[in-house]
Amino acid sequence: MYGEGILKGLGVTLSYLFKKPVTVQYPEEKAPHYPRFRGYEFVWYEDRCTGCASCAKYCPLGTIKIVTNPELQPNVGNKYGLEIFDIDTGRCMFCGLCVEACPYDALFMGSGFERATYTRRSMMVHIDELRLADKQPSAFARPHLHGVEFGERTSLTSPEAGR
Amino acid sequence: MAVSALATGCQPPGFFDGQNLWHEWVVNFFPRIGDSICRGMGGHADGGPPNWLIYLVLGFLGSLIVVNIAALGVPFVVLLERKLLGRFQNRIGPNRVGPFGLLQPVADALKLMTKEDITPAAADKIVFALAPLAFAIPIILMFAPIPWADHASLANLDIGILWVIAVTTAAEAGIFMAGWSSNNKYSLFGAMRAVALLVSYEIPLVLSLLGVVLLAGTLNLSEIVLDQRFAPNILWQPLGFFVFIIAVSAELNRAPFDQLEAESELVSGFHTEYSGMKWAMVQLGEYAALIGFSAIIATLFLSGWKGPLWIPGYIWLVTKMAFILCAFIWVRATIPRMRIDQIMAFGWKFLLPLSIINIFATAAEVIAFPDALPYWLIPINIAFAGACVVGMAKLLGFQPKTRKIVIPGRPVIGDDTPGRIVPLMRGGN
Ligand code: SF4
Ligand code: SF4
Repeated sequence: MYGEGILKGLGVTLSYLFKKPVTVQYPEEKAPHYPRFRGYEFVWYEDRCTGCASCAKYCPLGTIKIVTNPELQPNVGNKYGLEIFDIDTGRCMFCGLCVEACPYDALFMGSGFERATYTRRSMMVHIDELRLADKQPSAFARPHLHGVEFGERTSLTSPEAGR
Repeated sequence: MAVSALATGCQPPGFFDGQNLWHEWVVNFFPRIGDSICRGMGGHADGGPPNWLIYLVLGFLGSLIVVNIAALGVPFVVLLERKLLGRFQNRIGPNRVGPFGLLQPVADALKLMTKEDITPAAADKIVFALAPLAFAIPIILMFAPIPWADHASLANLDIGILWVIAVTTAAEAGIFMAGWSSNNKYSLFGAMRAVALLVSYEIPLVLSLLGVVLLAGTLNLSEIVLDQRFAPNILWQPLGFFVFIIAVSAELNRAPFDQLEAESELVSGFHTEYSGMKWAMVQLGEYAALIGFSAIIATLFLSGWKGPLWIPGYIWLVTKMAFILCAFIWVRATIPRMRIDQIMAFGWKFLLPLSIINIFATAAEVIAFPDALPYWLIPINIAFAGACVVGMAKLLGFQPKTRKIVIPGRPVIGDDTPGRIVPLMRGGN
């Protein structure tokens, strides 16, 4: 039939008029994100990290800087105390090799993404920030995290993150 | 009727007799006010002021109202368009300024007024500055003969339709001035396309109007409205309405005929180089033309200010205009832009013959039934219009949605038929 395509198109746009818009008003409401989403963030569990520096060795860009100090060693066995654990997110390409390399499941990609800054210097994530940050690990390279629930502002403790 | 017969001027004595308050002061608001001012100035009395003075005062007041309808209506039509386009495309549209984004026009106006007014170094400065005026002013003039209610047009011109066509066509000169003086190849492209579009679509536009003129026997817009006392003209003139509404959307440079400002190809065409208030004038002209033509469509085909109830005529007219505006926006949200050669072919090969057929059919009907067309002609007319459109499309070889294309040498595995069915327009299979 002539004009069928036009009528169909008009019908499609008209049906959109009565649908709920797909727009998410970003700063006020946030789209849900999914377990495998790999954000601009790292999650690090200090109680598991042995300071082996595998992550730093595997990083193709030399982004992670680790300085350990035997004197700071807590009285748990086989662990170095960590003095410096710096991740320069300005250089990181978020390949996730460090996460795969970590033998003790201490390092994860995170799910956050709102980390815009004004200077390169502030893109450096220091150890204190890693200690205090909300821990919302991404299930990327850690499939056992699938199905572990975390809400907007909750954090997973180390046992939940599992091995 | 001379031009001096301002429809809102002194009414003949006894005009308001026997009307109740609602009818006198609300339904007949404009003639009532005009009559009061006219008599207050001493019109129709011996030794009163000369007629031209009354005409001047009333004309000035009327123009003030009409120009403001155009100038204040435009921002809100733009807002309506942005809102509706957003919803048609599953978005929200402007909602940041004020409740539901209702103050967006104010914000836009402030932004435009404070913007830097740039003139390109190589532009023809005088023509560049004059072009927006040459574009916007004729379009505002087109509001003069529109009857907003009974006895409520600014100028009750005997040649109302001719006036509207003439001034809106004159606005095209402004487009060409803008395109030429910008000294920019895209603007010039836009202007050339505008002229091509004008030449192609003005003819079916005027010819499709002739059917209405034949039915009413007059060019006066108020009388055309009064003539549609039995049924709106769209029922008597479905073919004319079809051609007219397509030609109007080409005349208004709206999608799918917006080749001359094609944002993605010509960077807005003829007004690429404009900014600040000059750009605002161009925008004002475009959207005022949209408002004006929706009023003309409502007047010519949808029986204008006439409605079945006691609701005032201007409310009816504005309601009908709002419907037409929404339909234009709906079409813009749906149909993609046509190529310039498709537009030309569509105008000359499809619309022009249809409008000529319409004239002859209408003339035959008017000759056969000189007094008034009988109602049983309505279904016949609609069927005739449909047959004409389909027949003309067949004659020109327009394809319905899909067709079979046989691609030799590329059989589909597991299928005996040589070739397969592919949708039309998917090139490079
Ligand atoms: S994600 Fe890749 S680049 Fe970034 S720190 Fe880990 S290994 Fe280095
Ligand atoms: S690889 Fe894991 S355990 Fe080793 S230093 Fe890095 S984060 Fe700590």
